[in-house]
Amino acid sequence: MNVMMLLEMAAQGFPERVAFVNGKESLTYQQLFDAAGRAAIHLRNSDCEHVAMLDVSSLALPIALFASAWAGKPFVPINYRLTDTEVDALLQRIQPAMLVTDDTRIASLPDMAAAALLERDAFVGLSIKEGAAAENDWTMDPDEIAVLLFTSGTTGAPKAAVLRHRHLVSYMFSAAEFGAAAADDVALVTVPPYHIAGVISVISSVYAGRRVVQLPNFNARAWLELARREKVTTAFLVPTMLAQIVRELEGQSSADLPHLSALSYGGGKMPGPVIERAMQLFPHTEFTQAYGLTETSSTICVLLPEDHRAAIESDKSAVRRRLTSVGRALPGVELQIRDNEGKVLAPGERGEIYVRGEQVSGEYVGRGSTLDAQGWFPTRDAGEMDEEGFLFLEGRADDVIVRGAENMSPGEIEDVLVRHPSVAEAGVVGVPDEHWGEAVAAVVVLKPGTDATAEELQNWVKRHLRSSRVPQLVRFATALPYNETGKLLRRTIRLDLADKISVEV
Amino acid sequence: MNQYKPGMRLRSAVCTTEVVVIAVPALNVVLSCGGAPLLGEGETASSGVALDTAAAQGTLLGKRYTNESGELELLCVKPGAGSLAADGIALVVKGAKPLPSSD
Repeated sequence: MNVMMLLEMAAQGFPERVAFVNGKESLTYQQLFDAAGRAAIHLRNSDCEHVAMLDVSSLALPIALFASAWAGKPFVPINYRLTDTEVDALLQRIQPAMLVTDDTRIASLPDMAAAALLERDAFVGLSIKEGAAAENDWTMDPDEIAVLLFTSGTTGAPKAAVLRHRHLVSYMFSAAEFGAAAADDVALVTVPPYHIAGVISVISSVYAGRRVVQLPNFNARAWLELARREKVTTAFLVPTMLAQIVRELEGQSSADLPHLSALSYGGGKMPGPVIERAMQLFPHTEFTQAYGLTETSSTICVLLPEDHRAAIESDKSAVRRRLTSVGRALPGVELQIRDNEGKVLAPGERGEIYVRGEQVSGEYVGRGSTLDAQGWFPTRDAGEMDEEGFLFLEGRADDVIVRGAENMSPGEIEDVLVRHPSVAEAGVVGVPDEHWGEAVAAVVVLKPGTDATAEELQNWVKRHLRSSRVPQLVRFATALPYNETGKLLRRTIRLDLADKISVEV
Repeated sequence: MNQYKPGMRLRSAVCTTEVVVIAVPALNVVLSCGGAPLLGEGETASSGVALDTAAAQGTLLGKRYTNESGELELLCVKPGAGSLAADGIALVVKGAKPLPSSD
């Protein structure tokens, strides 16, 4: 099995259909297939063992991804927001590597950063020029490595997650149907190539036969303009992007995107007010929430459009609450919630989320597999499931606050805080406390032009949750720290608060 | 030992069908298309084989074919006129689960 066989099928099934569009440039499925073959010859003729990409989205992305699979050399996308020193440190872990990047980086990276450097347009150029086509001779060994992804990580140094061809192909089989896209389906892709969602969107779009319009640098206005101009029908966004779009549309009654039939989101916690407002602004759009991890080849859970509607329309709080859940497991994916001793917990009980399925890798370079003997992967995400299997995330397992004998989820308190009319963003963490072990602390960003005191916010939490949930410490800030997909960095907040508290003492 | 392995590519002896083996049962089976055994790499069709009209419903690109137990799964990577079978029993298209795209 090889992800190349998916592109081979697409090139055969709809050769003339446009596959990827970036600005004025585009590739049909046949052109993409041929380009991957020519690039594969180039990769095979080099001494490199990995194909790294340090760049925003461009036509070079699908070519490099499939050419790597064809040549049998793992594809390693790298975060372009990292400094030269950080990039160099990652590249040293995958030598000898060929690096596809832009002119600026070629000039600024250290001489020995990669065995070979190729500028993006030069790489596309050598792939699309006329020349001998490659033989369809990619390996079909399901255990070959397709992609190495440095996990962005909310703690510690990046780990290189290993995704083998069998993981990615299994995911496609369980999540999508070959050739399911209609001829006029257009997907707008804004997630960066170094994120699992960016890698998967390339493969799943090819498998579905969609036309992909790439937007390399996201901003809300450019996204809305491109979506209108290209008559985009489907798109994926991380929560911060949707929040910016909602803000851009402030004062308007509708987003005016009649072609947009489906919008999916994931990668971090979606604030309730943002999704509720988005559903008003996009009245003809079906919303799907996806939850997944790099180590699980992306999505393992989806909150379907009908789940969104049922939640919005219900007067039962247990059903309404599902708007803040990440939905239920995909077919072929199993979930468990376990306590610290590994005991499987009942519905409604909080613990660590475990996942099992053919798309689950759970393997890192140098560490091997982290799956247990029965194939379960500990996600390090905390959560609970309700009676019907809807999964509620509570943040990272390390973020759970233990006050006295009580385990508390920071997410639950944040959800209440952001519903206060003056609060734009909230981050809740545990800080050391002599009496309780840990105390609840909140950092809050107020909406422009509004006012609220710490006491007012404490009373607000007390009114909506138990008194043990009330933050003993409330600090105001102008911004909160997030990683590039909008995941709140509670560890940074914790360290920051610990500094401040010790100074104040 | 089963002669088929996941990832193996097989082609029809009597039509244009090509499949990739996704999963195989532990016990040995004979896979066929259009009534004739599927060929592996380097194998050639014996002379005189022709499409059996009783096994000519055709294969569809991108569909996965499975047997009753579900242990066997083949992915059609090139369509053709023949239909797939294991030990003479026709395989069926694996049911699609229509989920909205999440990526």
